Amino acid sequence: MSETVIPYMVKPNPVTGIPNGKFAIWLFLASEVMLFGALFSSYVLLRTGAPHWPPEGGLSSEILNVPLATINTMVLITSSITMVLSWASCKLGDLRKFRMWMASTIALSFVFLVIKYFEYHHKFELGHYPSHDNFYAIYFTLTGLHGIHIIGGIIVNTFLLTIGTRMWKTDPEHFTNRVENAGLYWHFVDLVWIFLFPALYLL
Amino acid sequence: MSVEQQPHGTPNAPAIGPETGHAHGELAHAGPDHGHHELPFWKKYIFSVDHKVIGIQYAVTALLFLFFGFTLMMMMRWQLAYPGRPMPFFGRFFSDNVMPGGVMAPEFYNQLGAMHGTIMVFLGVVPLAVGGFGNFVMPLQIGAPDMAFPRLNLLSYWVFVPGGIIMLASFAMPGGAAQSGWTSYPPLSVIASSGQTAWLFGMIFLITSSLLGSINFIVTIVQMRAKGMTFFRLPFFVHAQLVTSFLLLLAFPPLEAAGILQLMDRLAGTSFFLPTGLVVSGEALKVAGGGSPLLWQHLFWFLAHPEVYVLILPAIGIVAEVIANNTRKPLWGYRLLVYSIIFLGFMSFVVWAHHMFMTGMGTTMSTFFQTTTMIISVPSVIVVTCFLMSLYGGNIRFTVPMLFATAFLPMFAIGGLTGLPLGLTASDIYLHDTFYVIGHFHYVVAPGTLFALFAGIYYWYPKATGRMMNSTLGKIHFWWSFVSINFVFMPMFFQGMAGLSRRLYDPTVYAHGRGVQPLNVVISWAAWSLGLAQIPFIINFFMSLKNGARIAENPWNATTLEWMAPSPPGHGNFLTEPIVYREPYEYSVPGAKQDFSPQFVAEA
Amino acid sequence: MDETKYGWWLPVDVSVHGARIDQLISVVHWFMLLLFVGWGAFFVYCLIKFRARDGHQATYNPVKGIFTKYIEVAVVVIEVFVLFGLSTPVWFAYKNHPPAEKDAVTIKLVAEQFAWNFHYSGKDGKFGRTDSSLMSGDNPLGLDPDSPEGKDDIVTVNQMHIPVHKPVIIQITSKDVIHSFNIPVLRVKQDTIPGQRIPIWFEATQTGHFELACAQLCGLGHYRMRADVFIDSPEDYAKWEADNTPPPAEAPAAEAPPAPEAPAVPAPEAK
Repeated sequence: MSETVIPYMVKPNPVTGIPNGKFAIWLFLASEVMLFGALFSSYVLLRTGAPHWPPEGGLSSEILNVPLATINTMVLITSSITMVLSWASCKLGDLRKFRMWMASTIALSFVFLVIKYFEYHHKFELGHYPSHDNFYAIYFTLTGLHGIHIIGGIIVNTFLLTIGTRMWKTDPEHFTNRVENAGLYWHFVDLVWIFLFPALYLL
Repeated sequence: MSVEQQPHGTPNAPAIGPETGHAHGELAHAGPDHGHHELPFWKKYIFSVDHKVIGIQYAVTALLFLFFGFTLMMMMRWQLAYPGRPMPFFGRFFSDNVMPGGVMAPEFYNQLGAMHGTIMVFLGVVPLAVGGFGNFVMPLQIGAPDMAFPRLNLLSYWVFVPGGIIMLASFAMPGGAAQSGWTSYPPLSVIASSGQTAWLFGMIFLITSSLLGSINFIVTIVQMRAKGMTFFRLPFFVHAQLVTSFLLLLAFPPLEAAGILQLMDRLAGTSFFLPTGLVVSGEALKVAGGGSPLLWQHLFWFLAHPEVYVLILPAIGIVAEVIANNTRKPLWGYRLLVYSIIFLGFMSFVVWAHHMFMTGMGTTMSTFFQTTTMIISVPSVIVVTCFLMSLYGGNIRFTVPMLFATAFLPMFAIGGLTGLPLGLTASDIYLHDTFYVIGHFHYVVAPGTLFALFAGIYYWYPKATGRMMNSTLGKIHFWWSFVSINFVFMPMFFQGMAGLSRRLYDPTVYAHGRGVQPLNVVISWAAWSLGLAQIPFIINFFMSLKNGARIAENPWNATTLEWMAPSPPGHGNFLTEPIVYREPYEYSVPGAKQDFSPQFVAEA
Repeated sequence: MDETKYGWWLPVDVSVHGARIDQLISVVHWFMLLLFVGWGAFFVYCLIKFRARDGHQATYNPVKGIFTKYIEVAVVVIEVFVLFGLSTPVWFAYKNHPPAEKDAVTIKLVAEQFAWNFHYSGKDGKFGRTDSSLMSGDNPLGLDPDSPEGKDDIVTVNQMHIPVHKPVIIQITSKDVIHSFNIPVLRVKQDTIPGQRIPIWFEATQTGHFELACAQLCGLGHYRMRADVFIDSPEDYAKWEADNTPPPAEAPAAEAPPAPEAPAVPAPEAK
C-alpha cells in the first residue's frame, strides 16, 4: 500500500542503539508505570487514612487466599521464563521451539486467569463485591486491571504464535524483535504482579 | 525513504514569493505524485496512514470542536449578561428540560460550563496543537518520511474521534451531559447523573489516543531525524513537541487511574472518593465510605497541571517559528529556550497542588508548592524575554501569522503574570475560584495559545494546500479578534477582584456580583463579537482552498526543512533525501546571497 | 445590604488579617504592572524601530543579553521577596496561630447542597453531640436531642452572627459534596471537605451585614448557596444569642425521632 519506508523499524538506530519498536515499548511501559504508580499511591493514601486495614478487621492474609496467590506468582514467573525462551529460540532460528515456548507462555497465562477466577468466585460467593469496603475495592480494581493486562498479553502472544508467525519467512529479524517487545511487556505485567502480591495479600 | 531523483527546483534557487511562484508550484505539485494515486478515497482521506492527512484530520476536527465549545460559551454568556431572561431566537430550539420558556436551567448552565472546559482543552486545543500541528509539521521539520508508526497514528486519531462523539452524545443522555465542571470533583461527580459516566468513558478514549500519539511522537523525533539533524539543530517547535509528548505520556496515566477509580465509584459502588457518613439530600448515602475526595484532586491535578503546559508549549513552538521567520534573524537564545522548556516540563510535575491551596493543606506542603510555583515562573519569564529580544534588531514583516504571533507575547505575558498572585497562598485565599482565575488561564489559552494556533494555521496553510490564505481577510480576522478577546477577558480580572466566584449561574444573587454585573454585559457582547470575528477566518479557510494564490515550496523564505518539501508534500514527503547543514534559524547571515540560509542547502 | 461597598476592585476589608493580604495583592500587582509596562515599552519600540522597510536589514548577531539577565535576576529577587517576605508569613499567621479557644467564639459549620448550617454552642460553651445518622430535613446537623450539652445550642441556616473584635473559630465540614466557605469582605476562604473538619479563624473589625458565598461548584444550586453574615456589636451579639437560645422545653431537636442506641457511623469530630 505505502512505499514509504520507515527507517530503523528493524535495525537499531546508531545513536540510540535500539529500533523504533523497542523504544516505543519502553515508552509505553513508562506510562504504565505512571498508571500503576498512581493506583499504588491511591492505595497507600486510602490505607494510611483508614483507622484499620482491612476496614472489616482481621488481616489481609486471612481475607485473601495467599496459597492460591503464591501459586499464581510461580505461574507468572514461569511464564516469564518461557517467554524469554521463546525469544531465545527465535534468535537461534528455531521456529519449532519458539512455538513450543510461546504456547506454554499462553497456557500459563490461562492458568493464572483460571486461578484468579476461582479467587474472585469465592469472594463473590461470600458476597464480597468491590462495594463491600475499600479493601475489596482496591483488591478488585488493581487485580482486575492487572487481569486486563494479562488478557492483552494473551492476545498479543496468540497473534505472534498464529498469524504473526508468517513474518518469520519474510523478515525473521523483525519477527524476533516483535517477540522481544511482547516479552518486555509480559515481564512488566509479571513485575506488576510481584508488587501486587505482597502489597495486597501479605502486608 | 523515497529517494526519487527527479529534476525539480533546486533548493539553492532563491525561493519564489507568493506572487511569482505559480509555475514552480505546479511543478512541485506534480512531482511527488507516486505511490498513492491508486489508493481508494477512503484510504487516502479517511483511514490514511499519512501523517499529513492525519494531521489535517486532527486539525479540522479540532477546529470544529473549538467552534462547538465556543458556542456553548456564547450561550452561557447570555445567561450571565441577562440572568433569567429568555434567550432571544435561539432559545426556542431547545427543549423545556434544558431551557424552560427559553430561559436556561441551572443544571443546563452547569453542563455547558463543564463541557466547554472539557471540549476546549481535550477536544480542541490539544488535538489542534499536538495532533494537528505536531502530526503535520514535526515529521517534515525533522526530515522524516512519515511518523515512526503510521498505523498507530491512524489508530490514535480514530480513538480520539469516538472519545469526542461520546462527549457530544452525552448531551442526549437522561440528565444531560457531565455537569460537575471539567475538573469533575467528587463527591459531586460521583452522585451526578449518567452524563458523568459518559464523560469518564470519553476521557479514557481521549487519554488512550494521547498516549498512542505521544509514544509515536517521541520515537519519531528521537529515531527518525534526517542526516545532520542534531539535537541543537532541531527547530524549536520540535523541541516543544518533544517536551509536550513526554508530559502527555507521563501525566495522563494518573488521570486514567483516577478515571478508572471514579468509574468504579459510579458503577461498582466503591468508595474511593467517598468518605464515611455522607448525607445527600437528607438521606444517608449507601456506600461503604472510607474514601478521600482529595485523592481525586491530587490525581487530577497531577495530570492537569502538566496539561497546562501541553496547551502552551506547542503554542510557544509555533510562535518561535513564526517570529524567527518574520524578524529575519536567528531566534535570540535558542539554546536557552530549549533548556527552559525542558525545565518547565520537569517542574510542571511538582506544582500540581497549587490548585488545592484552599483544601486545608498544611503550611509545609503549601510552602513547598508555592515555592515550586514561583520557580516554574522563571523559565516562563525567560521564554518571553527571549522572544522579545528576538524582535530587537530584526527586520519585522507584519504578515498575518506574525500579527498573531506578536499578539501572543503581551497576551501570554498577561496570562503568566496574573498567575503570580494565584500561586502565592496568601493572595490565593482571596482570589481562589474567582473570575480572576478565569481571566488568568483564559489569557494563557485563548489569546495566548489560540492566537498562536491561528498563527500556525496561516503559516503552514500554504504548505498543506499549496495555496496562500488571503491576507486582507486574515488581517480583519486578527484585529477584530484581538480587540474583542481583550474585552472578553480583561474585565474578568476586575470581577475577580470584586470577589465574584466562578461557575455561578446567576451572579446577581450576590451584592458584590451586582456591583460588577455591567461588566458581564460588556464581556458577553465582546464574546459574541469574537464569534462573528471568526467568520472572515472561516470564509478565508475555505475560499483559499480554491482561490488562494498558488505557491512554491518556500513562500515565506523560511529555513526549516518543511519548506524543502513540495507544497503540498506527497506521500513520503521529500523528493530527495534531506540533509541538514546548519542551525534552524540562519536568517540574514552576513555574506550570504539572500537573507535566509535554509538548513537543507549546502552552500548559502 | 449596603451596595455601595462593592465596586470593581477589592471590596472593603473588615478583618484583622485581611490588610496584609490586600497589601500582598497590591504589591504583586504593582510588580506585574511594572514588568508588563517595561516589557510592553520595549516590545512596541522593537515593533516600530525594526519594522521591515526599504533599506532596512536584520542584524545576524544577537545583542548581548546583559540587560535581560538583570531583568531575570530582578524578577527572581522580587519573587523570592514576595514569596518569603509577604506571602508565607501571612499564610503562616493565617494557618498556624489559632486564637485560644477560651477567648474566641467557636462555631461549627456543616455545608450541604445548598445551605449553610451553623451550630453555636450556646451559653454553656459546649456543643451537643451530633451524628450524621440523625440528619434529616428538620435536623440538618444531626443533633442528638438527648445530649445535655445540646439543649442550649443554637442552630441557624444561612445566617451567621459573629461578634466584632473577637476571634472567631469556625470548624468547617460538609455532609455531601465539596463546597467552599468564602466571605470576601473577611478575606477568608476554605473548602468544606466531607469527612474532614477543618478549622479556620478570623477577627472582624467592623459591624455590618455581609455575604457568605459558596466558591466551589456544588451542583445546580451552587449559585444561590449564600448566607447572610451579621457582624454584631458585642451587645447585639449577646442579644441575638439570648433571643435565639431555645427555651428548655423546646429544644430544637425535641421532635426528632429518638436516637438509635449505637450509631453506625461516628460523627466527624474536631481533631
